[in-house]
Amino acid sequence: MNQSTETLVKENVIEMRGITKRFPGVLANDHVDFDLRSGEIHALLGENGAGKSTLMNILAGLYKPDSGNILIHGKSVAFASPKDAIGAGIGMIHQHFMLVPSQTVTENILLGLNEPRFIMNLKMYDQNIVELGEKYGLPVDPKAKIWQLSVGEQQRVEILKMLYRGAEILIMDEPTAVLAPQEIEILFNTLHNMVGLGKSVIFISHKLHEVEQISDRLTVLRKGTVTAQGIEAKGVTRADLARLMVGRDIIFSLEKKPCNPGKPVIQVENVHCLNDKGLNSVNGVSFEVRSGEIVGIAGVAGNGQKELADVLTGLRKCSQGKIIIQGDDIANRNAKAGIRHGVSHIPEDRTHIGTAPNLSVTDNVIMKNYTKKPISKGWMLDTPSAEIYARELKDVYDIIVPSIDTPVRLLSGGNLQRVILAREISSEPTFLVAMQPTRGLDVGAIEGVQKLLLLQRDAGAAILLISEELEELISLSDRILVIYEGEIMGEVFDGNIDEIGLMMTGTRQNQLLKSGEIHEI
Amino acid sequence: MKSDTVVSRKSIFPFRVKFEQRISDVPKWYPIALSFAAVVVALLIGAIVLAVGGGNPWATYAHIARASFGSVGVFSDTLVKATPLILVGLACTVAFRMKLWNIGAEGQFFVGAFGASAVVLIPLLPETAPNWLFIIAMMLAGMFCGAIFGLIPGLLKAIFNVNEVISTLMLNYIAVAWNNFFIFAIWTEGGFQMSKVFPKNAWLPRLTDLGSEYPFFRGLTTHFGLIIAIIAAVILWYILNRSKWGYEIRLIGDNPKAANYAGIPIKKHIVLVMVVSGALAGLAGMSEISGVVHRLQGAISPGYGFTGIIVAWLAKLNPIAVIFVSILFGALILAGREIQPSGVPKMIQGVILVCLIASDFLIRYRVKIIRNSEEE
Amino acid sequence: MDIIIILQAGVASGTVLLFATLGGIFNERSGVMNLGLEGMMLIGAMTAFSTTVKTGNPWLGLILAMIAGGLLSQIHAFITITLQADQVVSGLALTFLGTGISLVLGEGLSKAGVISLLPVITIPLLSEIPFIGRIFFYNQSILVFLGYAMVPLCWWFINKTRPGLHLRAVGEYPAAADALGINVYRVRYFYVFIGGLFAGLAGATISLAISPGWFSELTTAGQGWIAIGLVIFSQWDPFRAMFGSYVFGALRRLILDIQGPAILFGMANPFYYNPYYGFFLQMLPYAFTIIVLVIGSKEAVKKRLGTPAALGIPYIRGQRGV
Repeated sequence: MNQSTETLVKENVIEMRGITKRFPGVLANDHVDFDLRSGEIHALLGENGAGKSTLMNILAGLYKPDSGNILIHGKSVAFASPKDAIGAGIGMIHQHFMLVPSQTVTENILLGLNEPRFIMNLKMYDQNIVELGEKYGLPVDPKAKIWQLSVGEQQRVEILKMLYRGAEILIMDEPTAVLAPQEIEILFNTLHNMVGLGKSVIFISHKLHEVEQISDRLTVLRKGTVTAQGIEAKGVTRADLARLMVGRDIIFSLEKKPCNPGKPVIQVENVHCLNDKGLNSVNGVSFEVRSGEIVGIAGVAGNGQKELADVLTGLRKCSQGKIIIQGDDIANRNAKAGIRHGVSHIPEDRTHIGTAPNLSVTDNVIMKNYTKKPISKGWMLDTPSAEIYARELKDVYDIIVPSIDTPVRLLSGGNLQRVILAREISSEPTFLVAMQPTRGLDVGAIEGVQKLLLLQRDAGAAILLISEELEELISLSDRILVIYEGEIMGEVFDGNIDEIGLMMTGTRQNQLLKSGEIHEI
Repeated sequence: MKSDTVVSRKSIFPFRVKFEQRISDVPKWYPIALSFAAVVVALLIGAIVLAVGGGNPWATYAHIARASFGSVGVFSDTLVKATPLILVGLACTVAFRMKLWNIGAEGQFFVGAFGASAVVLIPLLPETAPNWLFIIAMMLAGMFCGAIFGLIPGLLKAIFNVNEVISTLMLNYIAVAWNNFFIFAIWTEGGFQMSKVFPKNAWLPRLTDLGSEYPFFRGLTTHFGLIIAIIAAVILWYILNRSKWGYEIRLIGDNPKAANYAGIPIKKHIVLVMVVSGALAGLAGMSEISGVVHRLQGAISPGYGFTGIIVAWLAKLNPIAVIFVSILFGALILAGREIQPSGVPKMIQGVILVCLIASDFLIRYRVKIIRNSEEE
Repeated sequence: MDIIIILQAGVASGTVLLFATLGGIFNERSGVMNLGLEGMMLIGAMTAFSTTVKTGNPWLGLILAMIAGGLLSQIHAFITITLQADQVVSGLALTFLGTGISLVLGEGLSKAGVISLLPVITIPLLSEIPFIGRIFFYNQSILVFLGYAMVPLCWWFINKTRPGLHLRAVGEYPAAADALGINVYRVRYFYVFIGGLFAGLAGATISLAISPGWFSELTTAGQGWIAIGLVIFSQWDPFRAMFGSYVFGALRRLILDIQGPAILFGMANPFYYNPYYGFFLQMLPYAFTIIVLVIGSKEAVKKRLGTPAALGIPYIRGQRGV
């Protein structure tokens, strides 16, 4: 990376001093200081909920700080809106891409600008955008509609959007979360390129190895306060960073008993299905999960994982194939059929699918067993036994909530996930589909969830763990299947990350073996 | 994620108003107090409009109060107006609980009245049939016809995902034309646009019928439909709050995706709820025909179907509360007949509904007044 | 029964639906559904008529009608955009309110006599084109011609201009627009206002041109609701809106005219011999709206990109929406 002598001379392009931001019930940033030098990649590190995104949203003009000030090139600024921030050369690339799916690349890039003022002659601008892309090594098709592009391409459009606006400082919020390992390499090269051309980059992440690899300096946040400000990345160990992030040592590996698989619980045979847009998204997937094992599904987001989970739990029709559980084919039945066969589902989207936000904790935990005794009493619902059940789960699973009548929309992410886990696990599932069960949780909560999953495995459940966090997959799973464009590329038993990475980008395992590529990387 | 300040105005005032999303539940009395305040505000706004229009708002309101609660006689008339409102309010309540916007209660009311009349006018029962048999047959016929007019948009929604607001509304016009055809062409009495008067056997019992035994009841028109409506409210409360079906409706209403995930057949429930909703509105039509009008004619509703929407909303979709809110709106309708200009009750209803939905904001947000000098 | 007359009248009365539908398209493209069209149209019709009665100037009536519709729409905007209330309920409330206010302020207006109407014009050369000329360019109100101009103009505005680009972005993905400095709230308020202007214009078109006068609620007779159905049928495209509106307009005229002749298609005309069958004819536009909705909804499912993705969802900054 950069020489330290050179870094010393470099001036601060951004200084944030004493930034405080309070949300109802949370102090998201507490007197946070941050500075960025020109031509550096500065990592902003912290757990989920540490206040990284809030701080950067303030810098990008989305939020106003309650107190504190921001200096750009030594001059104090106050952003009333993102427009002001962009005007000052600050461009933020959000974790969820801010692109309008039905519009073209050019339209998205021109959105919100004053030029052209009224009539849009897109042809002329298409050319400008291609040229800009060539300059920074970001090739795009300007006429393509966003929904037609891959996630990696969409990220390029996002970067170009900011460069087109003359951004000098790029804030990237967890940019690698949606990319395959090889795509991450390409992104890192692009970032180095841009820094070489005089831009500065703030790189938000909670992945220690990436931070080590890319950043010149780093700042660590914990629970809204700074625990390390602008320290040189060189020479800092992973253990140091973890301590700064969490405030204590993290155990990097989980204690895991040896896997002792029993009989196959579920057999998936040649399953095909369509996604919401009506395109093929799972194309002939076959595998089985035995009782007492965790099978991981690795893959870049959007390669059919969600659809696969939906099909297995009866939420989506499959166009072809069989899903046999306990001798019955549950393909193309409904969610109820799955529930009856002991299928539990921890969905990816907690608020939109997993819970009913305005209903009470009680109503939410009985969702899957209100038709069973003792909660079901004829055509009535036995309210007292439902409440007893809810209280029991609240105690066993440590759900922190004022009362079981509280609507779940008022719960924190970790508590919400506990409500779902409590509901799905207390039914003693034979087959559990867990999709991204730890996403967005803090370290303590992650450990809790992982332990619960292992307990279920040891109790004899068959678990399918779908995750985009490779480290989590490797540490939890007994074997890992890699999915790419709705097909299984191969199976890995030893957690070889390079092998998984190559399969995630579409190389089949048998091709890998032939070319012997695995051993080179 | 958290939301930032929603509105904050920088102004010449030494303070600014800030709305913050609530992070804890509001106490139980709060929504009730808020609804009450919304109605008061609405009446004040109505008063301003009336004053601007050259009227005397206080005289108008005093007149409304006197003309609807002033004596036993007028209060009885208020209850007569409240009866169909309760049933229609319940029809809207059950549908709205599932976020199904059944705006077709008016049409379902009309065909309900048609169905009940058909029992007498086709005739399905001889004129000499006993009173109880007439009432049961008319109730069933009214509910059946209303249910059909609920079934159609229900099926369209379940199968083709047709927006139920518009389909139910269109069916309102169809229902009126349907009734008109029968009133003008088939059951017309001597060329007038109304049917013959039903035989007394087909009337719902009224308080005044007891007048010979209890002179106090003489002249009171409150009829048995009120009892039917109250029973319906109690049953519906029980179903919505204590049954599995009620739970399923709640779940679908709050988050259909979660309901689907819990294995609940949503489409079946859409159809079912629309049928129940239609049947309740149809029952309201029957009650009005058999209890008040005693014949089929064109003008049988001063917009009960639409007022029922406001009733349900003001009652916060609670069937028991629907009873009391209906009495209030019954008063407004009763007194409104004499108020000039004739649009006043409708306008006041509109203002009330606007204030009500606006007030819901304060359940989700807290108002903070901050002095500009100090931040936070 | 003359097919040319039916189509000519269809274009004329379809212009009412066209304006209302165009207003609905602007509303919904920005992500706000406004079921209050009927109320705003009534306010517009009442304002236009009463202004013209008082001042004798229909142009003033037209302008005030649009402003009245626009002002009323801002109540809906405030409730749904700022207060984030349910758009369906708020739209209904707006209909009640609009109907109530126009009944109160329009009291006695139905007895007003003849007023001066907006001019009816014939385009010299175009009207001589066989068939088409008679339908579109002969003896039509000037507002009908305004409708012809509006459709391509609106299409061009939505698809080819910067404000149109911003409008579409706000309706599809408000968070993206916000992140680039577009004021989502302001854009939505603005297009709800535009929707109100169009609805007011549609109302004025009724009371000043198509069927002059004030007949309380019967002035609009549910055309606002039909227009909401047409918005879905149009797939938020002005040209399809034009087609749908004229077909509906022609249907209305057909229903009136079909009862005239004793012989229809070589058979005895049942509607002539029993005029009460006319009640079934009256149901037709409403039944037809439902059918149109079925078609529109099926198509909307098929190509999901037609529907503005953020339609009906209040935008709250910082909250993950669509």
